[in-house]
Amino acid sequence: MFLGRVIGTVIATQKSPGLEGIRMLVVQPMDESGKDRGGVIVAADTTVAGPGDVVHLTSSREAAVAMPEPFVPVDHAIIAIVDRVGGRTLPASSEWKSGGAR
Amino acid sequence: MILGRVVENVVSTIKHPELAALAVFVVQPIDEKGDDSGATFLAVDHAQAGPGDTVIVLREGNGIRQVLDNPRSPVRCCIVGVVDAVTVA
Repeated sequence: MFLGRVIGTVIATQKSPGLEGIRMLVVQPMDESGKDRGGVIVAADTTVAGPGDVVHLTSSREAAVAMPEPFVPVDHAIIAIVDRVGGRTLPASSEWKSGGAR
Repeated sequence: MILGRVVENVVSTIKHPELAALAVFVVQPIDEKGDDSGATFLAVDHAQAGPGDTVIVLREGNGIRQVLDNPRSPVRCCIVGVVDAVTVA
């Protein structure tokens, strides 16, 4: 499990059965200091996260288990919106411009 | 399982229902000498650990669902012990 920053949203009309109604967000994984770590991923959201939020993600089988129906093709899921890490508030996304389509 | 050092806590108000009532920490993996080895990650606490503690971390979802006694738990990393001493022959 790791931290990430939501930097955008994904909309897909055609998708695999089981993905209907699942919110997909673009997430930049990061460490506890807010520094980027690795490439950008697409994660299913189980909370109400949105661009700019710092989030807690889970991966692999556990990401599918996090969804309402656990047999779905999902391998990264947002399972919490992070308020503070060690008492610090991590910087929100600077890449997201309100209302902008990506 | 791996050895780790608890770095700090992670506070979330909005979380997955199966994550409610579980403490989440940032964990730094360490080697047998106590030196950092690899990237930090998040883990749920099941051993009353706290920042600064050396801990044993289970990183296998199925085992964790047994430990937490919850077949719907989305947890992938769980602190299952606080280490008193490590001896290497």
